Amino acid sequence: MEPILAARGLTVSFTTPDGDVHAVKGIDLDVRLGETLAVVGESGSGKSQTMMGIMGLLASNGRVSGSAKYRGQEMVGLPPKALNEIRGAKITMIFQEPMTSLDPLYPVGKQIAEVIAHHRGGSQREARPRVLELLKLVGIPDPERRIDSYPHEMSGGQRQRVMIAMALANEPDILIADEPTTALDVTIQAQILKLLRDLQKRFDMAIVLITHDLGIVRHFAERVVVMRHGAVVEQGATADIFGNPQADYTRMLIEAEPHGRKAAPADDAPIILEGRNVVVDYKIDGGFLKARASTFRAVDNVSISLREGQTIGIVGESGSGKSTLGRALLRLIASEGVYRFGKTDISSLDRSGMRPLRRSMQVVFQDPYGSLSPRQTVGEIITEGLYVHEPQLSRTERDKRAIEALTEVGLDPAARNRYPHEFSGGQRQRIAIARAMILKPQAVILDEPTSALDRSVQGQVIELLRDLQSRHGLSYVFISHDLSVVRAMSDYVVVMKDGRIVEEGSTDAIFSAPKADYTKALIGAAYNIGP
Amino acid sequence: MTDAAISSAPEVKGRSLFQLAVMRFRRNRPAMAGSVMLVLIACFSFFGPFFISHGYDQVFSSYVTIPPSLEPRPGEDTLEDAMKGVATRARVELQSFTVEGEAFTAVITAKDPIDPRATRYFDRANEFDKTEVAATEDEGRRLTLKGVVDREYFLFGTDTNGRDLMARVMLGGQISIAVGLLASLVSLGIGVTYGAISGYMGGRIDNVMMRFVEILYSLPFVFLVVVLVVFFGRSFILIFLVIGAVEWLDMARIVRGQTLSLKRREFIGAAEALGLTDWQIIRRHVIPNTIGPVVIFVTVIVPKVILLESFLSFLGLGVQAPLTSWGSLIAEGANNIQSAPWLLVFPAIFFVVTLFSLNFVGDGLRDAFDPKDR
Amino acid sequence: MFAFVLRRFVSAVPTLFIVVTISFFLMRFAPGGPFNLERPLPPATMENLMRAYHLDQPLWRQYLTYMGNALTGDFGPSYIYKDNTVAELIGKGLPYSMELGFYALLLALVGGVIVGTIAALRQNSALDFAVMSVATVGVTVPNFVVGPVLTLIFAITLAWLPAGGWGDGSLRFLVLPMIALALPQLAVFARLTRGSMIEALRTDHIRTARAYGLPARSVVVVHAMRGAMLPIVSYLAPCAAALLTGSAVVETIFTIPGVGRYFVLGAINRDYTLVMGTVVLIAIFVIVFNLLVDILYGLLDPRVRHD
Repeated sequence: MEPILAARGLTVSFTTPDGDVHAVKGIDLDVRLGETLAVVGESGSGKSQTMMGIMGLLASNGRVSGSAKYRGQEMVGLPPKALNEIRGAKITMIFQEPMTSLDPLYPVGKQIAEVIAHHRGGSQREARPRVLELLKLVGIPDPERRIDSYPHEMSGGQRQRVMIAMALANEPDILIADEPTTALDVTIQAQILKLLRDLQKRFDMAIVLITHDLGIVRHFAERVVVMRHGAVVEQGATADIFGNPQADYTRMLIEAEPHGRKAAPADDAPIILEGRNVVVDYKIDGGFLKARASTFRAVDNVSISLREGQTIGIVGESGSGKSTLGRALLRLIASEGVYRFGKTDISSLDRSGMRPLRRSMQVVFQDPYGSLSPRQTVGEIITEGLYVHEPQLSRTERDKRAIEALTEVGLDPAARNRYPHEFSGGQRQRIAIARAMILKPQAVILDEPTSALDRSVQGQVIELLRDLQSRHGLSYVFISHDLSVVRAMSDYVVVMKDGRIVEEGSTDAIFSAPKADYTKALIGAAYNIGP
Repeated sequence: MTDAAISSAPEVKGRSLFQLAVMRFRRNRPAMAGSVMLVLIACFSFFGPFFISHGYDQVFSSYVTIPPSLEPRPGEDTLEDAMKGVATRARVELQSFTVEGEAFTAVITAKDPIDPRATRYFDRANEFDKTEVAATEDEGRRLTLKGVVDREYFLFGTDTNGRDLMARVMLGGQISIAVGLLASLVSLGIGVTYGAISGYMGGRIDNVMMRFVEILYSLPFVFLVVVLVVFFGRSFILIFLVIGAVEWLDMARIVRGQTLSLKRREFIGAAEALGLTDWQIIRRHVIPNTIGPVVIFVTVIVPKVILLESFLSFLGLGVQAPLTSWGSLIAEGANNIQSAPWLLVFPAIFFVVTLFSLNFVGDGLRDAFDPKDR
Repeated sequence: MFAFVLRRFVSAVPTLFIVVTISFFLMRFAPGGPFNLERPLPPATMENLMRAYHLDQPLWRQYLTYMGNALTGDFGPSYIYKDNTVAELIGKGLPYSMELGFYALLLALVGGVIVGTIAALRQNSALDFAVMSVATVGVTVPNFVVGPVLTLIFAITLAWLPAGGWGDGSLRFLVLPMIALALPQLAVFARLTRGSMIEALRTDHIRTARAYGLPARSVVVVHAMRGAMLPIVSYLAPCAAALLTGSAVVETIFTIPGVGRYFVLGAINRDYTLVMGTVVLIAIFVIVFNLLVDILYGLLDPRVRHD
């Protein structure tokens, strides 16, 4: 079949003060009418920049060359006026961040109407019925009211639906979806993907799905292009790629799906960390003259107890209170409830009272970019705990401990003289783990430690965490929205929604026989790489 | 895999963000030019006085309000007139006057014998020096005087009191730059501490502290300065203290905002989890990470302070004569703009070039520290 | 919206009160008084004067009297302009200052936004560099330099325009002081506009607008400009308050009979009531303009709309 979009020798490069960076290095790519093509790759693979280059949306220091023909018309080097005939009418896009992709200053209906009026002529007012129809089509409830809403008045999922409505407005041939569900919760992700699939059938358009998530690719795409370092590694039909991957890289990506199971500790293993009837209220500040500050209950009467050697996975979508619960267990935020560390009651301890215990209960956060102070060397970062808890150590002893800790997490000890910004995301997460481990803690709260990482790196970090656990007999509370990671890491799972526990039980029980509807929905919405 | 392996040169020394910023700054030509300019002006102001012979308060009564010139004063053509003037003051008659190079010879006569101490009249004039009696004739009624012509350079001209404008501009530079730097340091100290505490503590303390800043904001701040200067007097130290005490508000707000956003960063959470005290967190994590914006802000505040000081001087509330600042000089120049425009032009050039350079340096620093440019 | 305006008005009252109180006591605690002239007055005259102006009463009484009178709009007699009350002086001078300030504000705002936008759209071009260099000069050169230089060029050398005075209030008299007042602010607006336009052009929703084929003009005007206006609107409040209440420097240089001079003259001469009057005036302007800007902000940005 003749492709409607054909790229040949497409390159994208960026001029930077440190020389040119080649993001896409001469790739060939075909999009056929009505198909779903997945462009897969990890961060920095050039998968997004390929499409941005074709659409003429590169940053001001970017250049595109080579050829990209839409129905025989060359798009590379096309003057903006002519390009604007295609963009938004024949080829449309939706983006990763529904939060920022819409103009916050205009009602969503106006933004869609603007696109219609521009490409089809007529006034924005005349386009209104069409906008309503589109909003209905993408499943926005109460479209007559929502048409005049501003983006900030909508949820992330609704905003992405608005983007889709905008994309469909002029019945395009190709819809480019750039990580359309990455910023969304899994249940919302499933709805959006289903919507896209339904609409694709109806409008007979091609979808180019740019994603890092192989699970989505497997369930959604007909053909796959695997990219790495700006080049195409492998392409072919989805079934072939997954069934019989040719390139090592593809194989590695597919196998990077976390696997393995953790055995539960003995039933009589002593409880190391416990929170009974945990309640956390957030005050919503009323401002200076507002009548009264309101409260928001983030965690509502949750009890949890962690045994020695156990890993409890806490699963939930954003706003479920899972991270707040983690911080409450560590007594880092004001909360109600009864807390125990080992046999000690720590419910009434204040900050200075908690201080000696801090070395035994540590935390690793999600964002490897935000969790390391950018102005300290790696050595200073990881020995900070020693500075508090073992101030008597000499400089050389501290340095020795830093070397040990770095070696333990699989980093070159020479890294301790360098600064965090010189490391990749995965390496940074190892540094954050080293900072927690240098104190030889007993319990560690892992708050989405792998969520910001590429799949292949994720696997390595999980291996490291498991390895450390078995070596030191650690207990983990593993907080994540990613079911496949939780399944591989934990022996006990707690499912949370709106601050409460929906269901809990052993990992096997939860995954093989979920009881609560919400758990079923969560598991159903997760796309696994496995068939 | 590749992730875990780092190039294992034995002693890897990392580049801190600060070093990277310095590198970027070096590549920024306008900013580097601005820096060079600032160094030159600072050298001119602080080391210049060692190279010129005139003091900033030295009055040359013979050269009041003379325009700038590359020629030395007195000029050949005016020497004789000057000598005549001196002779008249000394109540003697000038018979002849010749100049050879630096030396002059004058023959004076009078009805009565001339007191040899009359040479003092000649030395007192700015034009002549080391006058000696070379020969006495006619029982002291006719003296031949020899001495040297004291040639002075006034490259910038002189002011209405006959003081060398170049020396004044140098002094003005010293005072303006010193006030700028010291007042900025004062506002930096107050602002950073106040902002960091307010932002980190948050809640009610933050509310009250920021309310206070807001009230100070609605006080017309020129009023505050004027009242404080009138209140405390016009000494140099008080002027920069007062300006610093008024200028810290912006700094406090910037640091507070920065602190608030830092507080949400996970490394602060990690520090709490490690058991650091509030003060340790502020000192080890908050303040070092506000350095970028603060450094940039200092380059904004230094010109602001210099402007404010010159504004005060313009209103007649600056440092007291014979001390001066660029602002006072500009004010003087503005008053004499028709008769002696150079009095405005020279201080204004130095002032404007300084502020211009500071601005480029500030912009360069902003670009160098801007995380978006990484 | 109405409730919000009301609430802001109510919260402005204590601010104003505190400002007036602080100013009152600051002024009084400063050494010297309005009648400590270079040649001391005879003690009897001094006593009479002090009594006539109630300066012999305890400070707290003076304060209460002042606050009471101020509430009724009576700011007392001026000590140095003996024949006028402060209200009269301000009433006479304010229209001049406001007219001049209004033109200057208009010039600064319109000129600055246009210049800044052009510079942002041609970022890093020679035009950008030239325009922003001129703007930098504008920020760095104080108006007491600009004023005399303008006078020297246009009034003295070229003799196109009058060197000062209000004259018949025609534009000829206003041009030079207006430029001297507006130039630094114009430069600030230009720099602000350039910065926020560049920022706005980098946002995701601008990428969306471009991805949907909207023409460049509509992308800039409809989508980027409105967002970029927000920081400019914020700066508008202090700027307008400062320009409309007159500038001591410009009014002195160009001999404009406005209120800007009173403030400095009053402070130097310890004319307590005159200074207090101008402080109240400036504080009211600052507060009112902050309020107006908050409302404008709400109209521009639906996210901060108050109800």
